[in-house]
Amino acid sequence: MSELRDLYQEVILDHYRRPRNFGKSPLCNRQANGHNPLCGDKLTIYLLVKDGTVEEVTFDGAGCAISVASASLMTEMLKGLSVADARALFERFQGAMTGSGDGVDSLEDLDKLAVLSGVREFPVRVKCATLAWHTFRAALDDSDDTVVTE
Amino acid sequence: MNEQVQAVQTAPAKPETAPRDAARARRDFPIFSRRVHDRPLVFLDSAASAQKPGAVIDAVRHCYEAEYANVHRGVYWLSERATEAFEGVRKTVAGFINAASEREIVFVRGTTEAINLIAHSFGRYSLEAGDEIVISAMEHHSNIVPWQILRDEIGVKLIIAPINDDGELMMEAFAELLGPRTKLVAITHVSNALGSIVDVGEIVRLAHEAGARVLIDGAQAVPHLGVDVRELDCDFYAFSGHKLYGPSAIGVLYAKAELLESMPPYQSGGDMILSVSFDKTEYNAIPYKFEAGTPNIAGTIGLGAAIDYVGALGLPAIAAHEQDLLDYATARLKEIDGLRLIGTARDKASVVSFTLADVHAHDIGTVLDRQGIAVRTGHHCALPVMERFGVPATVRASFGLYNTRDDVDALIGGLAKVREIFG
Repeated sequence: MSELRDLYQEVILDHYRRPRNFGKSPLCNRQANGHNPLCGDKLTIYLLVKDGTVEEVTFDGAGCAISVASASLMTEMLKGLSVADARALFERFQGAMTGSGDGVDSLEDLDKLAVLSGVREFPVRVKCATLAWHTFRAALDDSDDTVVTE
Repeated sequence: MNEQVQAVQTAPAKPETAPRDAARARRDFPIFSRRVHDRPLVFLDSAASAQKPGAVIDAVRHCYEAEYANVHRGVYWLSERATEAFEGVRKTVAGFINAASEREIVFVRGTTEAINLIAHSFGRYSLEAGDEIVISAMEHHSNIVPWQILRDEIGVKLIIAPINDDGELMMEAFAELLGPRTKLVAITHVSNALGSIVDVGEIVRLAHEAGARVLIDGAQAVPHLGVDVRELDCDFYAFSGHKLYGPSAIGVLYAKAELLESMPPYQSGGDMILSVSFDKTEYNAIPYKFEAGTPNIAGTIGLGAAIDYVGALGLPAIAAHEQDLLDYATARLKEIDGLRLIGTARDKASVVSFTLADVHAHDIGTVLDRQGIAVRTGHHCALPVMERFGVPATVRASFGLYNTRDDVDALIGGLAKVREIFG
């Protein structure tokens, strides 16, 4: 049962209950939608990208604790990063969550994202944690296609 | 058939003894000997697919070990045996739902394929632009999408009969939707998301008065209610084997013989023909006209065993037992702070759908899973129902003949754990 505590850490529940950077940013110039059909989670990520920098990241939508908390944490991590660094962080997070990629990163090295490490014990929930990130990347690319986790 | 069925046959079918019978019947299901996350399995997702009794597993095994060959083909002994067993199940099914003849029983993959068959065959050839199909607001996607495709193909209109806040079909509003252009009513017998039992007898009466045919989606009904298609007088009735404790990918379409006679084939190929030349093909008689290709032989044998098993236990006893579980679960769930029941129809099958405070259904499902409790979470392939009740998803616990009050208690305990974690 301790893995449930690892999954639903206080920080996660706090971000679920009080998501940061929530709501459509009036300044945004890019956005994308994400959808997890398995549990019905729907998120929209809003970005203000200017001079190669992610100046603003916000989101809205509804979802489970993992997807909302992950989105909230993501907005805090990405704000102010260069587009190149933001893309690199996406890759590192994705790799650490799914065990793919170069495998050099563990979530513990990714600052506050470490609280999501418990999700890896729940394989069906990994998609909840990565939904916001995939949607963020689609927003960067200004993709009109809704991101769908399969 | 075997000693497991024998054992339950001797059990008295009185409602008050039903829970004891259930505890005994539970032992017929090998899966309950396993543990999940080091806990005893508490399986509360029979509405999605039911577990299988030993009698069904044995029948499928016996088919492959002793009586397997293709059906309707060979003159050799084994094929005759297989054909006899296979066609015997058609008789069993006809008896189970009281069809007038086994010619009215078409084997399909499941309810979904049965509905698609009607949409493709009856729908495409009997309906025309401007004709109306009435469905309800609580249909499973499988009884929505085939009609939308037909609408886009041939221009029929799709009309939605409303449900009230308890999740009951609004019969007066339904009656008002029927008119001279209504050609088909396609409606669920029991809602998979809400558990509501629809008075399909009244639906058939009203629809026939308006000159419309009626297709009933019985996927959720046959495991719980005795279904008599002649008493209902429905034109089509569809159900799946896997929710009836039988194998998956085998199901039944019942249709009145005169309709099957008049309908064109759905799929074509072997077995559905009498003769083929490059100029002309003569179709086989019903029901074979609708059964192209080698069927799910072992699945059909398993379905027969499932119907025998359920029959031996007795649907009235099963229904009484499940009603007891439903009443008990409903009362206990109502005690939980912040719990909202979705679907509170007066007539309900043993399904409880709910939300809990601000905790997402998916998170509840994960916490319950770690305690060995299997529930369905999500939209239950009924997104319009979720929208009707303004929720993105619900938790659904559904009960089968093997569940007990202990399973309900485990669910209540599991939800306490959810509250503990989520505060």
